[in-house]
Amino acid sequence: MKGKTIGWVVLIVLGLVAPFIIYPVLVMKILCFALFACAFNLLLGYTGLLSFGHAAFLGWAGYVCGYVVKEIGLTPELGVLAGTAMAAALGFLFGSLAIRRSGIYFAMITLALAQLMYFLALQFPFTGGEDGLQGVPRGRLFGIVDLGEPLNMYYFVLAIFLGGFWLIHRTIHSPFGQVLKAIRENEPRAVSLGYDVDRYKLLAFVLSATLSGLAGATKTLVFQLASLTDVHWHMSGEIVLMTLLGGMGTVFGPVVGATVVVGLQNYGAQLGQWVGVLTGVIFVICVLAFRRGIVGELAVLIKRSGIRI
Amino acid sequence: MDILGVPIQALMGQLLIGLINGSFYAILSLGLAIIFGLLNIINFAHGALYMAGAFFAWIAMDALGIDYWVALVAVPIVVGAIGMLIERTMLKHLYRLDHLYGLLLTFGLALIIEGLFRYRFGISGQSYPVPELLSGGFNLGFMFLPKYRAWVIAVSLVVCFGSWYIIERTKLGSYLRAGTENPQLLQAFGINVPLMITLTYGFGVALAAFAGVLAAPLFQVNPVMGSNLIIVVFAVVVIGGMGSIMGSIITGLGLGLVEGLTRVFYPEASAVVIFVIMGVVLLLRPAGLFGRER
Amino acid sequence: MKRRALASAVAAAVIVAGPAFAQSAKISDGVVKFGVLTDMSGTYSDLAGPGTVAATQMAIDDFIAKEKPDFKIEMISADHQNKADISANKAREWIDTQKVDALVDLVTTSTALAVMKVANEKNRVTLVSGAGSTPITNEQCNDTTAHWTYDTYSLPVGTAKAVVAQGGKTWYFITADYAFGHSLEKNTSDVVKKSGGKVLGSVRHPFPGSDFSSFLLSAQASGAQVIGLANAGNDTINSIKQAKEFGITPKQTLAGLLMFISDVHSLGLDATQGMYLTTGFYWDYNDETRAWSKRFFDKMKRMPTMVQAGNYSSVYHYLKAVKAAGTDEAKAVMTKMREMPVNDFFAKNGKLRIDGRMVHDMYLAQVKKPSESKYPWDYYHIRQVIPADQAFIPLSESTCPLVKK
Repeated sequence: MKGKTIGWVVLIVLGLVAPFIIYPVLVMKILCFALFACAFNLLLGYTGLLSFGHAAFLGWAGYVCGYVVKEIGLTPELGVLAGTAMAAALGFLFGSLAIRRSGIYFAMITLALAQLMYFLALQFPFTGGEDGLQGVPRGRLFGIVDLGEPLNMYYFVLAIFLGGFWLIHRTIHSPFGQVLKAIRENEPRAVSLGYDVDRYKLLAFVLSATLSGLAGATKTLVFQLASLTDVHWHMSGEIVLMTLLGGMGTVFGPVVGATVVVGLQNYGAQLGQWVGVLTGVIFVICVLAFRRGIVGELAVLIKRSGIRI
Repeated sequence: MDILGVPIQALMGQLLIGLINGSFYAILSLGLAIIFGLLNIINFAHGALYMAGAFFAWIAMDALGIDYWVALVAVPIVVGAIGMLIERTMLKHLYRLDHLYGLLLTFGLALIIEGLFRYRFGISGQSYPVPELLSGGFNLGFMFLPKYRAWVIAVSLVVCFGSWYIIERTKLGSYLRAGTENPQLLQAFGINVPLMITLTYGFGVALAAFAGVLAAPLFQVNPVMGSNLIIVVFAVVVIGGMGSIMGSIITGLGLGLVEGLTRVFYPEASAVVIFVIMGVVLLLRPAGLFGRER
Repeated sequence: MKRRALASAVAAAVIVAGPAFAQSAKISDGVVKFGVLTDMSGTYSDLAGPGTVAATQMAIDDFIAKEKPDFKIEMISADHQNKADISANKAREWIDTQKVDALVDLVTTSTALAVMKVANEKNRVTLVSGAGSTPITNEQCNDTTAHWTYDTYSLPVGTAKAVVAQGGKTWYFITADYAFGHSLEKNTSDVVKKSGGKVLGSVRHPFPGSDFSSFLLSAQASGAQVIGLANAGNDTINSIKQAKEFGITPKQTLAGLLMFISDVHSLGLDATQGMYLTTGFYWDYNDETRAWSKRFFDKMKRMPTMVQAGNYSSVYHYLKAVKAAGTDEAKAVMTKMREMPVNDFFAKNGKLRIDGRMVHDMYLAQVKKPSESKYPWDYYHIRQVIPADQAFIPLSESTCPLVKK
C-alpha cells in the first residue's frame, strides 16, 4: 500500500534530520514516547483492551536499566535489554492476572497492579524514592561508541524506535495480528471459531508491555534519570491520551499523538498550569467528537475525497 | 495493655483515624457506585469534583463570608448542578458507545477541573477554619478526639445510610434500581429515564462535593487533594462491588479501618494495602464482595 | 562547536538586565545568564519561590549599578514543582539551548542533587540556597557546586542542643520521607544523643503530606518529651496545626527542626511562641539586614527568609568572582569564589570551602510571645550566635572526596 510506504519514508527522513533542527533531547523524548504509545496501541487499538497501568512497565524498565548501568556498570545495550526483560516479566505477571476479566474490570485490575508497583518503587532503596535514580551514565555502546555525544545517543534511540516500530508493524500485519483484530471486533465469534482467545490476549499484553519497557529503559538513558513520575498513574493516563489523540488502531497514529502531546508539554511550558487544562480539553474533544484521532480522521478524509494513495 | 506488642491506646487511636478516613471513602465510593450503577460510567472526575466542593466552600468563606453550615448545604447543590450540566452536554452522547469512553471523558474533565484550580490557586493549600461550634475535643482517655472529626464520622454515617435507605427502600429508589436493570422497560412505563439519569449523576456528584466541604477544615484545601484520593476510592468501589450501594459504604468504612490498622504495624504499607486487597478480591470474587456480575 | 538549534520554550519570563556593553572575550556568549529553578507554587513556594526570583534580580541589578561590569547579565526562571526529573531536564535544556551559566536556588534536595550532577557534567556552576541536606557537600559533592545558606548539620547544632539543654531529653521524629527529611533526622539524632538525650523512635510521612493525624498519634503514643519535626514548609505548618488540634501540645514539645520566618508568619505567634529554631539570617538583626530587607519587602510585601537572602548573597558573590576572574568558565569562577571572602549583609567572614560548603555564622532564635512583638514581622529573639567553625561539619569529618586528608 503506497500510503504506508509514504508514511515510512516520511518517518525515517524526519528521524534522520530532526536532531539538526530541533533540540535532540526533545526529539529523543518524542521517540521514546512514540514507541511507548505504539506499544500501548497494540493492546488498545488492535486488541481492544484498555490498560490503565502501563506506566508500571515504562517506569520499572527504566529503574532496572538505570540500576544495572549505574551500579553494575553494564554497557547501555545490556542495560536496555535488562530493562526490557523486566517489563516483559511484569507484563506476563499483570497479564495473567488481568486477562481473566474484561472491560472496566480489566482496566481496574491493571490500575491496581500498577499502584502496587508504584508503592514498591517508592519503598525499594535502589530506586531512590522521591529523589529518583540519578546520575545514570550513558556509557559506551558495545563498549565502543560513546553515548555521551548527543548525536551518537540520538541515532541509538532512533534505531531502537525504528526497530520497535517495525516489530509492531509486522505483528499487526501478521496472522497473529488478524486474530487480535478479530478479538477486538467480536470476541465471542473468535472463541466460536476455535481460537484460544485468552492466550492471544496474554501474548498481546506481554508484547505491549515489553516494548513499553524498551521505551522506558531507553528514556532513562536519554535523561540519565529514572523517577517516580514514570510509574505514576498520570503517566498511564497520558499514554491513553497520546494513543487516542493520534488515532487508535492506526499504525502511525500513536507516533503523531506522542509528538503532539510531548510538543505541547514542551512548548506550552510557559503556559504553566494551562498545559494540564489543555490536555484535558483535548481528551474531552477527542472522546466526544474526534474518536478516530488525527490519523484516523485524516484517513477518512482522504478516502472520502477520493484521492487514491 | 498491649495487643501484639502495640499499646491499645495507639491501636484505638489509629483505628479512630482510620474510621475518619473510612467515612470519606464511604461517601465518595457511594457517589461513584450510584453513578456506575445507573450510568455505567466510571466517574474519573469524582475526585476533582470533591476538590471543587472543598474549594467552593473556601471561596464562599473567603470572598462571600458564607459560613461552614450554609456551605455544607449550598455547595453540594451548586456542584450537583454543574454535574447535571456535564451529563446533559457531554456524557449523554456516550451511552451508546463502549463504556471506556465515559471513563476517558471524565478523566479529561478531571484534568481540566484540576488544571483550572491549580492555575488559580497554586498547589500549596488554603486553610479553612474549623467551625466554632465544633472546635475543641473530647478526651477519650486513650486519645484526644477533636470534636470536628467526631462530627465527620457521625454525619458521614447519616448521609451514607440515608442515601442507602432512599435507594433501597423508597419508591424513588426503586425507579433508580429498575433503571439500572432495564431502562427501556422503565421508559415504557412512563418514567422519564433520561431525566432520572441526569438527576442521578447530579446527586452522585453532590455527594462528592459534600465530602469536599467536610474535608475542608481537616485537610488543606488544595487542587490535588482529589486526585490523591480518587485512586483509593476506585479500589474501594471495585472491592465493594461496583453498583452495590451497601457494598461501597461498608467497604469504605472497613478499608479505612484496615488502613488504620496497617499504620500501626507497618506504616509504609498503609498506602498500598487497599490495592493488595483489591487484587485479591478481583481474583477470587470478580464482582466484588457485594456486587453482582453484569 | 555550536549547534544550530531552534529555541526551546522557556518556562517563565526572560528578564534582560542592563544595557548591552561590549563583550568580554572570555564570557561565554557574551552573557552571564542565571537559571533560577525553584518551587513556585507548592510546599516551599513561600520560603523560596517568587521571592528567590526577586532576590536574584535584586542581586543582578545591584551588581550592575555598583560594579558596572562590561558583560551582560540575564536571568530566567522556572517552576520545578519539587521534582528531580523536571529539574534535571530543565537544567540540561537551559544549558544546551539557553546559554545558562549558573543554576540558582534548587529548593528541595532531590532537585539540587539531580541538577548538581547535570551542571557538573557540562561544566556549569550550581548555587544551592534552598536545599539543605548534607550529602550535597559530602558524598555527592563536586567542584562546581556552592552550598550557601544552611544545611541539616547546622540546624540541630542550634535547635536540638538548646531544646535538650532545656530538659527535652526524649525525642520522637516525624520525618518527611525523602533525602532531606532523612538527613535532617539523622543529624538531629546525632546531636541529641551527643547532648545526652535519647531517641525513642520515628515515623516517616509521604512528601508532601497533608494529614498528619496518624503520625502525630504515633508520636503521642511514644511518650517522648519532644516531637522533632524533620520536615519543612507546609508540612511543618500542618504538623504544628494538627498537633494543637489533637491536644498533643503543650504536653509534648514540638521542635521545628527547619523553620522559616514565613512559617512563623503563617502560623502566628500564638501557635509558635517559645519555639527554638536555627537560622542563617534574620531580617531584623542589624542595620544592614534591615536596610536590605526593607527593599525586599517593598517588592514582595513579605520579609525575606534565609533562603531568599542567601540567594542574593550567592548570586552577588558569583558575579564578583566572574568580574575578578574575567571569565564565566565554571571552574575558574569557583576558584575565585573560594579565594574571596564573603562579606555582605548576609554573611560576615563567610568562606566557600573546597567541599562547596559556604561557612558562616548561624543564629539560634526563639520565637517571641505575642505580647513581646512590637511591630509586624517582629518575631525572633536572637539567643545565640553560632560561629561558623561550629555551625558546619569540620573538613576533617567531611566525606567529600575533594577534601584532601
